[in-house]
Amino acid sequence: MAEPVILPFEEQLSSTVLLDLSLLTLLVICGLAMVRMRRLFGVAMLSGIYSLLSAAFFVSLDAVDVAFTEAAVGAGVSTVLVLSGMALTSRRETPVTRQRKFLPLFIVGIVGAALVYATIDMPAFGDPNAPANAYVGQAYIERSPEDIDVPNIVTAVLASYRGYDTLGETLVVFTAGLACMLLLGAGSIRGGRKVNDPQPPEAIEREERGDGDETVLSDGPR
Amino acid sequence: MGMGHVILRVTIKVLFAPIVLFALYVQFHGDYGPGGGFQAGVIMAVAFVLHALGFGLQATKKAIPPRILTAGMALGVLIYAGTGVLTLLLGANFLDYDVIDPDSHHNAGQHIGILVVEFGVGLAVASTMLQIFYVFAGREAEPSDDAW
Repeated sequence: MAEPVILPFEEQLSSTVLLDLSLLTLLVICGLAMVRMRRLFGVAMLSGIYSLLSAAFFVSLDAVDVAFTEAAVGAGVSTVLVLSGMALTSRRETPVTRQRKFLPLFIVGIVGAALVYATIDMPAFGDPNAPANAYVGQAYIERSPEDIDVPNIVTAVLASYRGYDTLGETLVVFTAGLACMLLLGAGSIRGGRKVNDPQPPEAIEREERGDGDETVLSDGPR
Repeated sequence: MGMGHVILRVTIKVLFAPIVLFALYVQFHGDYGPGGGFQAGVIMAVAFVLHALGFGLQATKKAIPPRILTAGMALGVLIYAGTGVLTLLLGANFLDYDVIDPDSHHNAGQHIGILVVEFGVGLAVASTMLQIFYVFAGREAEPSDDAW
């Protein structure tokens, strides 16, 4: 393959960049609100809003296929799944003791610092000479009209050039469904059959409260 | 379920068919616009999740039994992998669609291959999403209106 042509590029503060910045700011605010909130219903709703905001951000980056997936999966199905999972556990997050806050804060700080450090080596936003836009990406864009002749290059890459990877992704989805069926479907091959507990549910709840580790038990199937 | 859900149910009745139609559009228009099997599968599943939220889980399970979904999950993956095995049997590499229609000058083999494979993805994703919703929602009595 020929050496990629170096295109001229200079950074500028256009209105699109300002839109991106405001969307990213909203994402940060949304994330902080999710950390502060104790009511799990609100957290589930905020995670849906977070997905919708990131979908808008992806549209602004011209990645419509990714935005579509984020809106459908993140804002649609996973919110419903989180809510139906939440219906099986408590409505409110139990507060964490002060001692147990330090280690997660330390880990998050280290990881965040590492991510910020990694962005120093990243190419400038929108740089046409960035590795993602040069080598294999450029080859796909140049060759897909002759090789595959599908107008949406994303579909061509997803289903043909990288068909083997997409088979793996489909298997991941299948495995996730299978695991949910095995864990929650009461071992029935027909799946989702209503579980008939030998004891009435009130008695079991009372037992769990008596043990004092209700949250541990209810978190088990997740 | 009393009359309290009547607005929800009417809205869902109006929205159900357009959502399914949109899922089919996204599925089969994925070659030309944004979309494809993953997105279409999720949208299709969302239509039935909405139905379950408005009309109750048992009504949806009567319309689409979990048994069918289990078969759909496996069938979707089998369609995808089977396309790969078919190209192997025709003498090319795994998932090398050109061999499906080797004499075409318009890459018909690629087009057929991509359509079939995307259909497999859509079937697997739609069945899996709805199945996961079934097993989560089927664990307990549905939450009452003031549960939140």
